[in-house]
Amino acid sequence: MQQLGEIGRAFLRRPTGIIGLIMLLVVVFVAVSAPWLAPYDPQEKVDVDPGDLLAPPDSQYLLGRDDAGKDVLSQLIYGARVSLTVGFVAAFMSIVIGTTVGLIAGYRGGRIDNLSMRIVDFLLVIPELPLMLVLISMWGRGLWKIILVIGLLGWTITARLVRSQVLSIKERHYIVRARAIGASHYRIATQHVFPQVMPIVLAQAVLAVSGAIITESTLSFLGLGDPTLVSWGMMLNFAFERAISRRAWWFLLPPGFAIVWVSVGLILIGRTLEEIVNPSLKTHHLFDPRQMMARFVGIAPKEPAPEVSKRVETERAG
Amino acid sequence: MSVLEVRNLSIDYVREDGAALRAVEEVGFTLEKGRSLGLVGESGCGKTTAILGILRLLPAQGRIVSGEVLYKGTDLFSLSEGEMRKYRWKHISIVFQGSMNALNPVRQVGRQIADAIQLHEPANDSGQVEARVHHLLDLVGITPQRSGHYPHQYSGGMRQRAMIAMALACSPDILIADEPTTALDVMIQAQILDLLQKLQKELALSIIMVTHDLGVVAEMCDDVLVMYGGRTAEYASVDTIFNDAQHPYTRRLLQAFPDVANPSSKLASIPGYPPPLDALPRGCRFEPRCHRKRAICAEQIPALEAIRPGHYVACPFREDNDGA
Repeated sequence: MQQLGEIGRAFLRRPTGIIGLIMLLVVVFVAVSAPWLAPYDPQEKVDVDPGDLLAPPDSQYLLGRDDAGKDVLSQLIYGARVSLTVGFVAAFMSIVIGTTVGLIAGYRGGRIDNLSMRIVDFLLVIPELPLMLVLISMWGRGLWKIILVIGLLGWTITARLVRSQVLSIKERHYIVRARAIGASHYRIATQHVFPQVMPIVLAQAVLAVSGAIITESTLSFLGLGDPTLVSWGMMLNFAFERAISRRAWWFLLPPGFAIVWVSVGLILIGRTLEEIVNPSLKTHHLFDPRQMMARFVGIAPKEPAPEVSKRVETERAG
Repeated sequence: MSVLEVRNLSIDYVREDGAALRAVEEVGFTLEKGRSLGLVGESGCGKTTAILGILRLLPAQGRIVSGEVLYKGTDLFSLSEGEMRKYRWKHISIVFQGSMNALNPVRQVGRQIADAIQLHEPANDSGQVEARVHHLLDLVGITPQRSGHYPHQYSGGMRQRAMIAMALACSPDILIADEPTTALDVMIQAQILDLLQKLQKELALSIIMVTHDLGVVAEMCDDVLVMYGGRTAEYASVDTIFNDAQHPYTRRLLQAFPDVANPSSKLASIPGYPPPLDALPRGCRFEPRCHRKRAICAEQIPALEAIRPGHYVACPFREDNDGA
């Protein structure tokens, strides 16, 4: 799609986007190659002597050991898998639900719109975390339950965002024309409306991933994570309960940094995408600093800003 | 043989508070094969609403209150939504008002025309469809190489012609052109009108031309229906309208149009505005602005009478007859 290519090119011109992408790719790489990168199996039962418990970093255990004598670095590496799985799957779920609801509500309007937006209001008003805590303590702990809870509660903002976009798109002229051509509502919604909201959905999706990762960490930190898996939130939980009193910073800080690292990466990507695709955040092309300089100084920029040069071509063609 | 017959069409817009506003009332006409009908009137007198009603494309607030639209004998209002979809474009297509905005900005023009073909003739393989698209673009004077371009790469006139190409994609019997030349410069207007006339001859199209430009009507149309305030004021052949108009509104409309034979004559405007839909006059819709009104005009809606075969006027106090 031409649109996606354009977004991609605009993205790669922005340093914040590239930094975010690199930060994310590092974590993805670590998660994918965890079995080869991790020096030890984080689940392995180890026989340790009491001196090894919460042992500080040394050349064998680069980030020291936890309160059971296991390698912190290996846990950290495997934790990336849990965080990314939860992040991407839950975000995917919530984005799919949110986009569908927003599309239908905005496009059909009337009672369906009213009903779904009241559900959204309802979910937005209830504080999310306590609701999740209640749900998980009722359902029990488990990776998929966490994903489900985050996914099922996180779609509301996407739905509102998509709906508001659809409301404006559906009034456009070519939508009536598509109807006059004989296109069905389903076809119009998928072929004409959805492609227009997709960029915003994309930006929202990236932000949703970071949101889901932080929520998973929060839940695990509060002791509601999957007990069979090592996750960053879980590490924080253990560290908070058992390591702080012994000043074992090597157990506490790494998972915290990891969470910050991946969220910052994703937020940088998401914000950059949002800047590109959200018209209200975009400045006018004449405000492109290089073009402005050229106007005042009289020296043309070495390489004209692509958006502007494209517009000029368009005008010539038209 | 008539391809389209509209009888007694009335359309309401339902306001949020539930009040129904009558936008079109008891409009009817007959369209013969290969002929064109002009739908004329000031802005806001229900022309576009009437044709959207015929295609059942009214916005959500619109309600068809009564009427029949017979396409070759089939009542379009009795069809299900799915059946109606098959009639749109295949049999009746439309070039929208300001149709330069009727192209999806993020799809290639050729793709959009192909969409119309594939929706109605899914059996065609993509090679055939592409050939058709190229043929259609050629027909309206656009080089087929430009089918892969996006609408913003076209000029306004080209977009309008591309829309006409799209409207012809499924070889319809009837083409509705809603202000096809508004917002185009005079040269392009002439091109578009020539194009429509040429296509009408070649393809035996029946055309409904919605416009407020009487020059377009004189050039293009065989019959004229003058609407005012949602009702038919006068309905006759184009010669009759231009030479023997009987309704005071039609007269005034013609006087408001420059005369080539006498360019220095002052143009007469009609004081006032068409009535707002929520405050329609009780009697004749034109009564408040009429220069020939009588007391009864404010009380009673005048019926549409045939004063001779093929000439219908909704005014008892006609220009040639001061009434009883």
